[in-house]
Formats: sequence, C-alpha cells, structure tokens
Amino acid sequence: MVETGNSEPQKIIARNFSFSYGNSPALKGITLHVRTNEIFTVIGPSRSGKTTFLKCLNRMNDAIANTSKSGELLLDGRSVFDKDVDVAELRRRLGMVFAVPVALPKSIYNNLALGPRMRGILRKKRLDEIVERSLKAAYLWEEVKDRLHTSARNLSGGQQQRLCLARAMALEPEVLLLDEPCSGLDPVSTRKIEEALLELKSRYTIILVTNITAQAARVGDRTAFFLMGELIECDATETIFTHPSNERTADYLTGKFG
Amino acid sequence: MRRLNPKKAELIAKGVLLLFAGTAVLALVAIVGYVVVKGIGVINLEFLFGRPRSMGREGGILPFIISSIYLTAISLLVSIPLGLGSAIYLTEYTTEGWVTKAIRFGVDCLAGVPSIVLGLFGFMFFVKLLNFSWSILSGSLTVSLMILPFIIRSSEEAIRAVPQSYREVAFATGGTKWQCVTRVVLPCALPGIMTGIVLAIGKCVGETASVIFTAGTSLRIPGSIFDSGRTLAIHFYLLVRETGASDMAYGSAATLLISILIVNFFAYWLMRRFIARVS
Repeated sequence: MVETGNSEPQKIIARNFSFSYGNSPALKGITLHVRTNEIFTVIGPSRSGKTTFLKCLNRMNDAIANTSKSGELLLDGRSVFDKDVDVAELRRRLGMVFAVPVALPKSIYNNLALGPRMRGILRKKRLDEIVERSLKAAYLWEEVKDRLHTSARNLSGGQQQRLCLARAMALEPEVLLLDEPCSGLDPVSTRKIEEALLELKSRYTIILVTNITAQAARVGDRTAFFLMGELIECDATETIFTHPSNERTADYLTGKFG
Repeated sequence: MRRLNPKKAELIAKGVLLLFAGTAVLALVAIVGYVVVKGIGVINLEFLFGRPRSMGREGGILPFIISSIYLTAISLLVSIPLGLGSAIYLTEYTTEGWVTKAIRFGVDCLAGVPSIVLGLFGFMFFVKLLNFSWSILSGSLTVSLMILPFIIRSSEEAIRAVPQSYREVAFATGGTKWQCVTRVVLPCALPGIMTGIVLAIGKCVGETASVIFTAGTSLRIPGSIFDSGRTLAIHFYLLVRETGASDMAYGSAATLLISILIVNFFAYWLMRRFIARVS
C-alpha cells in the first residue's frame, strides 16, 4: 500500500515523474500527492506542464507519437501506465473537462448519455437518471430541463462548459480533471462553476488547473505551482498564497511575471 | 500604363465571375432541358412499366429500369463497406507513413483508369476467369471498382474534416477507438460521406463503357444477379447506334436524368433532416 504521511487517504501520487514530447521535456521530476475529496489546484504560467500533468493521469497523451516518461504516477496505489490497465475504464474513473468547451453536435441529452452508453448502460430510465443528476450537479438542470433534446451547440459558452462538467460527471468518476474550465468565461459563469466545484468535492477528488490565481485561492484546498515543467512548490492553498516558501511563487502570485 | 481603378476592377471581376458561374449552370439547364423536352413526349405508364418490343423501337423500358436499379444497388452494396472501411482505416487506424501514401496513390491511380479499360478487366476477370458470364454480378463488381476510389477519397475528406477535439471528447468519456469512430466521427462525417455516395450513384447509373462488356445487353428482366441485364444507359446507347429510334432514346435518357435528379434531391433531403436532428 501507499505510505500515508497524512490522515487523509492519498488518491493520486506522482513520484519523480517526468514526461517529454520528443526532445522537449514537459514535466521534470514531479513529486506530489492529491488527497481524496480535496480540490487540488495547479497554477503556473502557460507551457509550465499543467495540462500535460492532467493528460498523463488519464493517458490522453497515449495517442501522441514519440513521447517518453519516467518515474511513477499512481492512482489508488497502482500505476496508471501498468500494462493491464483498461485505458477506457481509467478515463471513466478520471472525468476530464477541457479548456475549450466542446459540445458535440448532438442533443444535450445525447452529449451526456454518450459516456454511459459507451460503457453499456442502455436502459432509458437509468440514462434519464444519470443525465438529470449530472446536470443538477453542474448547476445546469434548471436552464436546460425543458430542452434536453435540442442541440447542445445552441448553449452559451458558460452553459457549454457546465455541460462538459456534467458530461464528465455522467461517467460517475472518482476524480475530476479540470483544465482551465473557466478560461474565456464571464465572471457570473465562473462563479457558477466554482460553486458547483465546492459542492462536488464531497463526492469527488478534484484537480483544477487554472490560470486565474484568484480562483485557486477561492476554491483550492492545496495548491501546486508549476514552472517550466518543474514543481516549484506544493502546499496548503492558504500557505502558498500568504507565505510562499519560494521566491518565484511569490513573484508569480504578485504578478511580476506569468 | 495606368493601373485600373480598384473599384472598377472589383466590378469587372464580379461580372466576369458571375458570367463563368452562369455558363456552368446554363450548360446544365440546357442539357437537362433539351433531353427532357425531347423525351418527355414518349414517357407514359406504358413506356415506364412495359416490356420492349422490336428491340426497343416500341414498347417500354421496365427491364432496363430494373437492371439499372439492380446494378446500382449491388455496386453500392460492394463499394460502400469497402470504401468506407478503407477510409476509416486510413484516417483513424494508421499514422501517416509510406503505407498510407502507397494506398492513397493506388486509389488515385484506380480513379484515373478509363472505364473502358476497367470494362475490359471486368470482362477478362469476372466474366471469363471467374465464369460469372455476362451478368448483373459481373457488371456490379466492375462498376464497384470504378466508384470505389471515389467513395474512399470523399469519405476520407469528410472524416478528416471532423474536428480533433470531438475525438478527444470521445476518448475522455471512456470510449474505445471503435466507439469514437461509430458514435462521434461517422455521424459528424455522414453528410460528406453521403455526398460522395450520391455522386457515385450518378456514376453507376450513367456508366456504359464498362457495363456493356460485363453485364451484357439482354432485353429480359434479370431474375437474379447471375442473369444478364441491360441498363438504361446502355439501352439508350444501343437504341441510337442500332435502331435509330431517337424518340425512344430520348425517352430513356429523360427517364435516366429525372431519376438521378430525384435520387439527388431525396438524398439531400434526408441529409438535411439528419443534420437538423444531430446539430
């Protein structure tokens, strides 16, 4: 089993994990852990490896040719790169929301039912249930309940992002991987998503990559600061924002670069 | 020399382009109009649903309509799975390399083979070697070869046009490659694939050179795919060449054109409905 330095169980552990695309390293020796039912926020300027970290966890990087990795990346104590890991099941367990909301050209209902259907849930009643529960969890139900069978492409940007969040939750995952889910959203939509996240952390472990540092401060339990593929600092969010132990973290947070 | 005033140039460009576009449409309207006007007179129920008499100088064209439908249906039945399968393989299941380049080059070469040469091949291979004789089957297989590259390339383009982000969503929601293809990629690519198929139908129905070598020219209604049959296009050709019954020939041609137009309209209507449903 996993060694536990803290009382909470550790959902995800990275040990000296590195990843490169061809010859350019994207992650350099990352060591961190994510606890169950916390919101773990990852901040850092662009190209610092935040998204790569998420995509390694659910192995969305598999399709890219010519990559290399070293070190360990564990989910519930088991390497996500093990040969006998069912990648589809892994991705179901780690629901992902992308930076740019992508609503498939299908109805709202079918967007949400896609994941459950692909893992063999076909009973209408059960699907209805999942769709309703996910939409409610993403605070979208009230806005769309009367038009579930109209195209998801007609939703506004903020609604589409919440649809993506709902679509990830329809997988009934254990972890939510959110890649800058509020970039390009207005403050009202951003707040709706943040409220949803705070509500959701009792049921999910959430990793939130964000380029809005204030957002990390608002919703995060613990925060990691990535820079050029390195983990500079990882600590309780409050500590990071009030007493960062590294100068570069302080500089980033006060807006000296980034 | 003084440069042309940009505003004038704009006006002239617009006019000339309109003229070119208009010419294309005019040519189409003229051809369709001419054939339909000359042929519509002989089209009646007896013509459409009767049997031919005295080599087609009199009577109807029912056997030829049936042969055309038969030939087209079987050609599509063979070439759609093959073509779509190849396109899916080329776009989703391999990475670009010399193999895909070789396949694509081969496909393009096949598309460039004149249909009379394909007909000759069909005659030697299907009719003689495999002993299918002159039959709907030999004709269909030969025509399949002709439309296959067409279906592959148009399906490939349509599949390639589906945004990569859609595939990422399918994978991120726990889909396998095949689920990604069947549930996300193909529904999005369907309009483009359908366009290719509709154009292929036109080619099947209108093909003569290769079919005359392989499906034969029998005047009877083909009872099975192993019987010979004469398609409308061949009937039209033979009427003009051998009987000189030009009014009957125009009648057949008009029937051919009108049915292709109906198929096109119907296919586009279906597609519009489909797009409206999914997007």
